[in-house]
Amino acid sequence: MLAVKNTINVRYIAVYFKRQEDLKEAAIEARESGFEIHDAFTPFPVHGLDQAIGLKRSKLTWIAFIAGAVGLTFGLGLQVWTSAYDWPLNVGGKPFNSFPLFIPVTFELMVLFSGLIAIGVLLVRNRLWLFSKKLTFDRVTDDRFVLVLKQADAAFDMRKALKIFNKHGAIRVIEGDQFV
Amino acid sequence: MAAALEQLTHTESKHEASHEVVSALRQPLIEGDKSYGEVTEDICSLLDKKPGVGWWIAFLSSFVVMSAGVVATAHTINTGIGTWGLNKTVGWAFDITNFVFWIGIGHAGTFISAVLFLFNQKWRTSVNRSAEAMTLFAVMCAGIFPVIHMGRPWLFYWILPYPNQRGSLWVNFRSPLVWDFFAISTYFIISAVFWYLGLIPDLATARDRTISKFRRGLYKVMSLGWNGSNRTWSRYETVYLVLAALATPLVLSVHSIVSFDFATSVIPGWHSTIFPPYFVAGAVFSGFAMVMTLMIAVRKLLRLENYITVQHLENMCKVTLLTGSIVSLAYLTEIFIGFYSGNPNESFVIINRSLGSYAWAFWTMVTCNAIVPQLFWSKRIRTSIPAIFVLSILVNVGMWFERFVIIVTSLHRDFLPSSWASYTPTLTEVTIMFGSFGMFFTFFLLFLRLFPVISMSEIKGVVHYARR
Repeated sequence: MLAVKNTINVRYIAVYFKRQEDLKEAAIEARESGFEIHDAFTPFPVHGLDQAIGLKRSKLTWIAFIAGAVGLTFGLGLQVWTSAYDWPLNVGGKPFNSFPLFIPVTFELMVLFSGLIAIGVLLVRNRLWLFSKKLTFDRVTDDRFVLVLKQADAAFDMRKALKIFNKHGAIRVIEGDQFV
Repeated sequence: MAAALEQLTHTESKHEASHEVVSALRQPLIEGDKSYGEVTEDICSLLDKKPGVGWWIAFLSSFVVMSAGVVATAHTINTGIGTWGLNKTVGWAFDITNFVFWIGIGHAGTFISAVLFLFNQKWRTSVNRSAEAMTLFAVMCAGIFPVIHMGRPWLFYWILPYPNQRGSLWVNFRSPLVWDFFAISTYFIISAVFWYLGLIPDLATARDRTISKFRRGLYKVMSLGWNGSNRTWSRYETVYLVLAALATPLVLSVHSIVSFDFATSVIPGWHSTIFPPYFVAGAVFSGFAMVMTLMIAVRKLLRLENYITVQHLENMCKVTLLTGSIVSLAYLTEIFIGFYSGNPNESFVIINRSLGSYAWAFWTMVTCNAIVPQLFWSKRIRTSIPAIFVLSILVNVGMWFERFVIIVTSLHRDFLPSSWASYTPTLTEVTIMFGSFGMFFTFFLLFLRLFPVISMSEIKGVVHYARR
């Protein structure tokens, strides 16, 4: 993410802001002026920043839905199979396949599968794990907002970029191919 | 690392613009006009300081009480549940009371973190972290009781449906006790990951500023390399929403299923369709009371008055008032149905509860749960911190007695008068109960020392609420 594997000429510039609104407005204007936004780094989720930097809606809700459906099927299947097929036991004369009594466990397993798989996918997709070596921008987990632009080609107009950022109250700009 | 470009006119300055209150309708959620940096400083500096005398006194006394509970639990496991005051008629008493009590306490945490999140109640941000921690510890306390009641707790895993050498004898999925196991373990796991997910950005904040080597190492591992990337935030928020949406029906299901333990039996006083909503309301009621008790102590001891304001406490008082009224309505309904059903066993239970040998427990419950919370109609009481503190403790005393009344008074005089019996707890049972409180507070005090007690990343999102 931050420590980008360097593909020869790709460079990044990181711009610091003090206010979330500045970051968002600068991102919108930079994108409209044709700059490619790599990512933004903020101490808390900034509303509307996804659209501002052009992120698509996450598909995680669908993954959670599918995981929930799998959990539901597994829960119900497990109960019907064990209680009615594998070893049916007569418990107080209740039917072997007593569907209404299987609802609680089915529900719980649906929730469990859906929640755990959604979190698991989140961690994997964002490469969050115990021994992660990701780097952090100075103060970004505290009170600074950073916008990172991709300097993809020679046509990158630094002067124009700086003008935009200056207009929106940027306080610091760093350029690099790998951010330390 | 490349050069910094210095063509900018704006510079770093210590001074942050002040944010005046501009809304005529809304009060700021956080007092004291904090900047983002001040929020970080206020919460993280709590972790850097050495614990004070107050913390040590609280911790050591909780720890001693917990240790006594451990001894009593060991005695129970070693000797058997003959060490308890149970008999053939009253087969469930103190332990199940404690189990239901602790599960109920847990509900407020999930309610605050999930239900209030879905309802966009921004005030939850000040209390959700500690309420969720409270949930986890309460569920841990709750889990002890059914396990030690099994008699052979080392075989507790037999409740899991796993292929085994007994012909693959499966568990009885028609039993509410099995539902309970699934409900509570799911509840614990989902609450734990929900709490941890919320903690990750704050652990990163703590990691980036702490000076202690031990803490930095701990936070570095636990924050999973969080760096505040918006791509991560975007998915993180989606998952947070998904989990809130899952935890909302989950929290309703857990106490419903606990109530099924009673409601699906044919004991008068238990066999009632009102139980699921009655139990859920009671759980949220007692949970909020516990959150208020803890938050009043925390804001005072850690000087977090700007973050946990009277407004937060007042909101929680309103929830307590509402759920307390639902509980009172359930009491009235039970009494009414007891007579209206025309079933002599049902009406006998009502009379026996209110006038029999456990009448003192019944009237304690009515006073603490039906009358005391009604005082929260008064704004003076809702905003007086000493009053809230006392009333919230009374509510929990009442809610403990509610479970005791439901369990013991329904059992001790059953259908057959020749088997009537009464129940008195033994010292072992009482010690285990206090031990569970000791464990709860020990864990909570450790939590206060180890992790950011208020969700900084969420507070930063609402710190300028109602301000310019």
